[in-house]
Amino acid sequence: MAGGRMQLELSRVVQGRSRLGVLKGLGRTGQHSLEVPGCLLYTHFGTVPHLTQDTLHTLRNLPSVTQVTLSNIAEHQEVLEEFKDGFRKFAGLHDTVLYCSLHDPAALCPTGYTTNKTVSVWGSGGRIELTVAKFMALQKTVQPDWYQSMADGETWQNSTSRKRVRKSVDRTLAHLDECLLVHQKSQELDGVEVFGVVEGGDILEERVRSARETAKRPVAGFCLDGLQTGSMDQRLRTQLITAVNKELPEDKPRLLQGIGRPDEVLACVEAGVDLFESFFPFQVTERGCALCFSFDISPDPERAGRAPPEVLEQSEEKDAAGDIKQNGDLNHDDQTQMTSFEINLKDKRYQDDFKPLVEGCGCYCCKNHQRAYLHHLLVTNELLAGVLLMIHNTSHYQGFFSALREALAEDKLDLLKTRVLRAGAQQTERDEQDG
Amino acid sequence: MAAAIECGAAPNTSENNMSVKKALSVASPLTLRIVAECPVTKARVCDLILPHCTVNTPVFMPVGTQGTLKGITVHQLEALGCQICLGNTYHLGMRPGPDLIEKANGLHGFMNWKRNLLTDSGGFQMVSLVELSEVTEEGVKFKSPYDGKEILLSPEKSISIQNSLGSDIMMQLDDVVSSTVTGPRVEEAMHRSIRWLDRCIVANKNPHKQNLFAIIQGGLNSELRKACLDEMTKRDVPGFAIGGLSGGEEKDDFWRMVTLSTDHLPREKPRYLMGVGYAVDLVVCVALGCDMFDCVFPTRTARFGSALVPWGSLQVKQKQYAKDFQPIDPDCQCPTCKRHSRAYLHALFKSDTAAMHHITIHNISYQLTLMRSVRQSIMEGRFPEFIQAFMKRMFPSRDQYPSWAVDALASVNITLQ
Repeated sequence: MAGGRMQLELSRVVQGRSRLGVLKGLGRTGQHSLEVPGCLLYTHFGTVPHLTQDTLHTLRNLPSVTQVTLSNIAEHQEVLEEFKDGFRKFAGLHDTVLYCSLHDPAALCPTGYTTNKTVSVWGSGGRIELTVAKFMALQKTVQPDWYQSMADGETWQNSTSRKRVRKSVDRTLAHLDECLLVHQKSQELDGVEVFGVVEGGDILEERVRSARETAKRPVAGFCLDGLQTGSMDQRLRTQLITAVNKELPEDKPRLLQGIGRPDEVLACVEAGVDLFESFFPFQVTERGCALCFSFDISPDPERAGRAPPEVLEQSEEKDAAGDIKQNGDLNHDDQTQMTSFEINLKDKRYQDDFKPLVEGCGCYCCKNHQRAYLHHLLVTNELLAGVLLMIHNTSHYQGFFSALREALAEDKLDLLKTRVLRAGAQQTERDEQDG
Repeated sequence: MAAAIECGAAPNTSENNMSVKKALSVASPLTLRIVAECPVTKARVCDLILPHCTVNTPVFMPVGTQGTLKGITVHQLEALGCQICLGNTYHLGMRPGPDLIEKANGLHGFMNWKRNLLTDSGGFQMVSLVELSEVTEEGVKFKSPYDGKEILLSPEKSISIQNSLGSDIMMQLDDVVSSTVTGPRVEEAMHRSIRWLDRCIVANKNPHKQNLFAIIQGGLNSELRKACLDEMTKRDVPGFAIGGLSGGEEKDDFWRMVTLSTDHLPREKPRYLMGVGYAVDLVVCVALGCDMFDCVFPTRTARFGSALVPWGSLQVKQKQYAKDFQPIDPDCQCPTCKRHSRAYLHALFKSDTAAMHHITIHNISYQLTLMRSVRQSIMEGRFPEFIQAFMKRMFPSRDQYPSWAVDALASVNITLQ
């Protein structure tokens, strides 16, 4: 295969499963890298939601890999073909690695349109059907550094039959083989990496089969698909991921699609996942909320740049009558529900709260603005709310991943879990007490 | 070139004594320095020294109605060179209310804007936005759109809110009448505005930190306007606004009222033409002697994908731009034009709100750059040439020049070619 130079260098494997390392050799010239566990930079058509370059670059330590999706791009195929120089240049993205996925992880799409030969994406004008030929034509036009192969992942509903799950595995493998054939013949895709996609719904045998078969193909890494549903128990998800990862080569990265909540990220890292999509901060932003969960595992609070998380302070945050939903209540149909990792700034209590969103957070929003102002912007439906929240939520989320890597390096994963999950646990306790 | 003249505005005396100005540096929150005057037209270039920073005029002031400029951060606004922007007393008085903003260290503190702020009185919104209950001598009674309660906005109340907001320039509450209204109501409103001005002056708790501007009314009636000018200029306010225009009136009437007003306003105080923001209007009204302008148009139209350019406007969302790989304006130095093409922005409108922000940034940049160019040309003694070039760029041919603009410029010795 005319592949690139992507290489996963693991520095630690904790308890045989959690992996810490660096994904190197990214980009056409191979000079970019991404620390693992890590996340990709989620965008709409190359733009981080709400942000222009100036506001985006108030953020330090952005992921070196930008994710774009065919759901955003497919309808613009003609324009891109006329442009000729690839999506990165078209979007004015300069020094970044471009990863192209099929679907937008934050946007639900209707089911029932997948066939043996096609999958569908939904653009602003409606449904666009993709054959492998069209899918690959798009990749040649987009010219990403790396993309996931075409896949049928419509198996996340509870009622999915075994037969349907089996079909999704078969189709996805067939699509992969076809994609690779075209890829190998395409000069435009020379040096571009392909990830195979592991399907299998919630059926262990199918997951294993999909993993084994996909691993036989010459791919640079693996996407784990079809696990993104709130109705799937994390225990089952962990079980399936663990089984899948057993079949995959250790030295190739595993990207889990559609999972972004901090508690789920932690559990999936423990099951051996390396990469995530960073759409969760966007979802939090859209509901007018700000991420505030603690991930501070540093022994020296000053070095970490934030005040030590007081138990009291946390319970103050979470003491919202009826505001916080139980994490377990999340279902696929309503990922818009608030989690206990965030505060709802529309709440009246923030009207005259002149603290920053999160004390000690160094992001542009926290350095320049207060909760009361954010509250006002949300109540008055001002566009700036989205800008500021997106900055903060992205920063906080990146901080979380940074802490996660630090925790793995220093054997403090349990401490991190305690910090991060404490919020949810406290809420559970309170709910149970209230009866 | 005219020599630089420095004039101070003493808020509490009726004299305009130049020797007093040294002592006034403590007391006066506004100092106007006339840097240059166009020998052909009535245009001037000034430095308006306000509490937060100096404002270079002629100036266009973007409107940040609810304590924010529609999707743009204060740092982005600063980076574009904005020295003063607007906040809206009516909106902010409703939400979040003056008490909260006071707690937040005024509107500057609340939105974290370190430069100057101008707040209007709430008067215009009373008329344009809200079901008007009644205008009486007391004030304007109206129903709050948020809880249906009846609220009285009096001159005292308006100034009180603006004192809480802490703006550098406050506007008097005026009795606002649509420019298309004629008859005795116009005269009544003009006289009342004078009485309300006096009440506003008395009500201002912070004359040493906040400047109160008068608003000249009188509709489209020269006599009424003149009467208003005569009366209001007797009051010692630091600046004057020309109000009651930029509604639906005929442009032919509009410019005549503008030039009449500037003819009778003191030279050494700033002239603020309210609600004017279209490029042609700005250039013409600078020639007629105005220094300050505000308008929601550039920022509002941006959100619909309309980008302002030297030759008019460009509707980015239109199909013709889908494959146009140039920036909005190849000569524009704004962050949007330096990085993105029309085609990308066209497509982005289908995916993300950031598309609007890109256009907003461009439009503000366009407006501020226009004013900077106007200023530069006046200082270099070539404003008449600037006007010729500007009009040529803006309109496909001479016979498409708006006749009101031709007439208005002719009145200040500019014959458009």
